[in-house]
Parts: sequence; C-alpha cells; structure tokens
Amino acid sequence: MASTRPEQVVGVAAAPPATRAAIPTRPRPARTMWGDAWRRFRRHRLAMAGGAVFLVLVAATLIGPAVYHVGINTIDFHAAMAPPSAAHPLGTNDLGQDMLARVLYGGRISIAVGIAAMLMSVTVGTLVGAISGFFGRTADHVLMRITDVFISLPSLPLLLLVIYLYRDMLARTFGPQFGIFWLIVGVIGGLNWMPTARLVRAGFLAVKEKEFIEAARSLGVGTLSQIFRHILPNVLSPVIVSATLSVGSAIIAESTLSFLGLGFPPDIPTWGRLLYDAQNYLDMAPHMAIFPGLMICLAVLSINYVGDGLRDALDPRRLL
Amino acid sequence: MTRYIGRRLLTSIPTLVLISMVVFGILALAPGDPLSQFAANPDIPPEVRMNIRHQLGLDQPVPVRYVKWAVAFLHGDWGYSFSSRVPVDRLILQRLPTDLWVVGSSYLVAVILAIPIGVLSAIKQYSLFDQLATTFAFIGFSLPTFFTGVLFIIIFSVRLRWLPFIYNVEVTDPVVMVKQALMPVGVLALFNSAGLVRFVRSSMLDNVGQDYVRTARAKGLAHRKVIIRHVLRNGLIPVVTLLALGLPAVFVGAVITEQIFRVPGIGSLLIASIQNSDTPVVMAITFVYAILVVLFNVAADVLYGLLDPRIRYG
Repeated sequence: MASTRPEQVVGVAAAPPATRAAIPTRPRPARTMWGDAWRRFRRHRLAMAGGAVFLVLVAATLIGPAVYHVGINTIDFHAAMAPPSAAHPLGTNDLGQDMLARVLYGGRISIAVGIAAMLMSVTVGTLVGAISGFFGRTADHVLMRITDVFISLPSLPLLLLVIYLYRDMLARTFGPQFGIFWLIVGVIGGLNWMPTARLVRAGFLAVKEKEFIEAARSLGVGTLSQIFRHILPNVLSPVIVSATLSVGSAIIAESTLSFLGLGFPPDIPTWGRLLYDAQNYLDMAPHMAIFPGLMICLAVLSINYVGDGLRDALDPRRLL
Repeated sequence: MTRYIGRRLLTSIPTLVLISMVVFGILALAPGDPLSQFAANPDIPPEVRMNIRHQLGLDQPVPVRYVKWAVAFLHGDWGYSFSSRVPVDRLILQRLPTDLWVVGSSYLVAVILAIPIGVLSAIKQYSLFDQLATTFAFIGFSLPTFFTGVLFIIIFSVRLRWLPFIYNVEVTDPVVMVKQALMPVGVLALFNSAGLVRFVRSSMLDNVGQDYVRTARAKGLAHRKVIIRHVLRNGLIPVVTLLALGLPAVFVGAVITEQIFRVPGIGSLLIASIQNSDTPVVMAITFVYAILVVLFNVAADVLYGLLDPRIRYG
C-alpha cells in the first residue's frame, strides 16, 4: 500500500525538490500517488479501525491455535453444550468440543478461502479485462460476450450445484481438505471475476489512448510491458477496492455453502459450518451460533469498511 | 421502442442458450450417476435399472440429450421429478404462491423503508439521522442473512417465544400466517433495504448538486417542492432500474432464508432437489432463475429509457 514506486506515478505531479539553498535542509521526500492514498486512508477512522480488526482476526486465527492448546476435536460429553466459562471461554458444542479452539481454527480456513477466492477472481478478471481492453476487436467482442453470459448465470444455485456434484470426486483425488478447499475457491472465484474484468477493460480503454502510452509504443516498448508496466498500474485503484470487497463476499459465499450443508465436511469447522451445526441447538446452546456468526460479521464488516476507506483514499480526484 | 425491446429480447436468446448449455453440461458431466439412488438399492436388478435409464434417455450421448431437453423445454414439457414423479412445472407452481407471498412482501417492505430513509438521509447529509442511517445500512448490508435469521430465531422464538420459527403452509388462520412470515420477511427486508438505502442516498446526492436544482431554487420554489418535484423524480430513475435488476437476485438470495425458516418456496425445493440428485428439477429451477435474470435485465434497460427522456433507443 504505502510503497513508493515513482515510476508508476504517471500524471501526478511530484513535489518540486526543496530549493531554498540558504538553509541546508534535506529535500522533502517526493509525494507519490500511493503515499497520498495512504495519508487519505489514515484519516478514514472507520477504515483504519476495520483494518485493525481484520488484522487482529487474521493474527488470532494464525497464532491462536498455537497459543491456545485445546484440541478442536477433543470430545467431552460431560461438558456438552456448556455456556461460556473460564474453562471454555466460548462454551462448548453438542459433543463438548471447545468452541474457541474451533472458531480460531475454522477462521483460518474461512479467511483463507476469502483471500484465495479474491486472488483468483482478481487475476482472471484482470487478465480478461486487460486483453479485452488492450486488443479490442474480436478478442474484446468474444470476451465481453463470455462475461455477459457469466453475469447472467444464477451464481448461488450454480455454486451449490457444482459443489454438491463434484466435491466427492475432488475429495477422492486430492484429499478431503485440499480438494474441497480448491473446489470452493475455484467456484467462488470463477463466478466473481466479471465486475473486475469490466472495471479493468474500461480502465484500459481510457488509458491506452493517452499520450504516455503512445510515447511508450513509439519507443518500442513491448506489448506485455505496455500492458503490465504502463497501463495496468493506472487502472489499479478501482480493482484494489473491488478486490478488498470481494474478500468479504467470498467469506460470505463460503459460509453460505457450509451453512447449507454443502461446504466443508464436519471435521473442518469453518465459521459457516459451525453455524450449520449450531442450528439444531438454538434453544439450548445459542452461544454455539452466536460466536461463529459474530466472527463472520466482524470479518465482513471490517473488510467492507477497509474497502470503503480505500475507495475514498484511492480516488485521485480527491486532492488533499 | 417496440423494435428496441424486440432486438434486446432476440440478442438475449444466445445468452440463454449458452447458460442452458453450461448448466446442462455441469449436470451431465458430473461424476456419479443421477440414478445412484436406484443403483444403491439392491432390490432393483440391473436390467430394470438399464430400462429406467433408457426410458429417461440417460443412455444417449450428452449433446443428443441436451437437444431433446431444449426442444421439450420450449414445448413446455419440463420433465418429471425423479423423486416425486410429479411434472416439474407443477412442482414449481405449487411452491410459487409461498415464494411470492414471503419474498414479494419482503421486497415491498424493503422498498417502502428504503426510499424515504435514503431520501431523508441524502437531504440531511451529515446530520445525525444520516449518520445513523448510513451506519445501519452498512451493517445491514454486511450481515449475511443466515446470521440475522439465526439471531432472530434466538431472540424472537427461543427467548421471547413470540414467533414460531418453522413455517407451516397448512396454516389457514390469517394471524398465524402473518406471524410465521414475520421473521423471514424481516430478515430479507432488512438485508435488501440496507443495500437500497445506500443506493437511493447516493442517487439523490448525485442530483442535489446539479444545476437544474439551483435553477429551481433560484426561481423561488419551496425547498419541499424542489426536493419532491425535481430531485426525487430524477433521483429515483436509477433506483427504479435497480429495483427491476435486483428482483431476480432477491428471489435467488431468498434460498438461504427459506432454508433457515423451512419456508417451502422454490429455493428450498432447489436445495432439496440438489441433495436428492433430482436432475430435472434442478435444471428447470436454475434455468428459470437464469431466464428471470436476463428478462429483468432487459426490463431494467427499457424502464430506464421510458423514465429518462434523455435516453433514446434507436
């Protein structure tokens, strides 16, 4: 985010170096687009809070299971469905398994699915949009038709369908955890790249006619270099915003699948799966549903606030 | 205009054909037999199974099956459900009234709530009301319906014991009918209105700063009149479009809420059919959803042209 890469800053005037020769001061560091964006982002209090909360969640799910030494599968029927207590901070489930351990471990997978699905949809969307916008003509026509078809696909039913039909096969070939993880990531990512593709295409159409691209072309810069080094950095801002928001929607998509019983198997307690398991015990053990549900909400809400802040911070029309 | 609608409908046909191919392909190429239920049953001898396969046309190559399915679908023959032996269209029509009642009224509530809140919040930008409204909208739009649904059940059914949490279609008492619909409608309305509030607000804000608003004020029009007659009328154009665009998504998204409250709508039929490998039902429902998406896309564009005189379709 805060990295300063002046070569990417096109069209933004760098601050003139300090020229007051009388006082020997260090030259002020040049202001860059990313630096400005970071300064604007820091002023967005809710976005900063969201970022902090999300980082805490990520850290907790990564480090938590190493610090909190309670097995996620330790069954203890004497303590079944116990409300939160000192021994079990978030209570236990119907088998007496510790909820905190499960929430921490499951969060790892939920967040990993969110980030992996985002990476996939952004990569596919950027490639499709870049090819479509840069080359135009037939490539553009064909790719945009495909995008239209994908946008019209009813994604939730398809998500359910593909996972239900193919999960056994993938679980058999790649192992239950790995196979289902990539299936879910692949399907969520594969049904969410379209908005990114449209954003990138629109950006490419606007930027590729600019003078600096013409200059690059006349200097003999290669096609790939034009696309990735010259045009792409300039269309990145909306993509970053939509990528951030898509982490949240991918977490929700995975939770939805698991909640409908079509996601991860019971021994992989993602947040959605925990909610699914809790459904039948809402009267006796509401804590089984509330804590995983709160984690989903907290994660999604914090990501959405970050996205909102980024949208404001990366808008180059807002000069501060 | 009629020509434009005709052309748009014609161009959406290839899209629909492609979608049906994708869905059919996913179903047909899936590992595992759609008749696995029969296969698992040792009482059915292999010859009989072969016969059933033949009768259902499952022994033919995929493209042939696709063409047959498509021709039959166009003739209104959507096949029979594998599990209940009922024609698929009848199965779907049975579920439709419940769906329209629950999902339809939730969308109505969402719109009725969202438009005044969004408008007020835009007019009084940065006021306390605006901040509350945008915060609630942000939260409501980030909370997944499966969590709000579960939360509602814990609060209103388990704790307060006010509302039943299982939807029963056999009920005829109007009071119970309304009571049992309150939670599913509430969950859906909350989620949909949150998104709408944000949209109405930003659409109004886009218009408040326009020159024509200043002109209206300069003419000496009262604030109320400026807002209602000028800003609102223009600001709601994109909102109407969004309402049309969002309708199919609302029905598809209701799948989760229907599942939580056991509302026997089309969504829960879809999930049950997926779990039973009831291919004809799954195919028909998924494709109906796709048709809805495409149709309402066209409808949204047409509405936009009708409402906004600046847009003219050739």
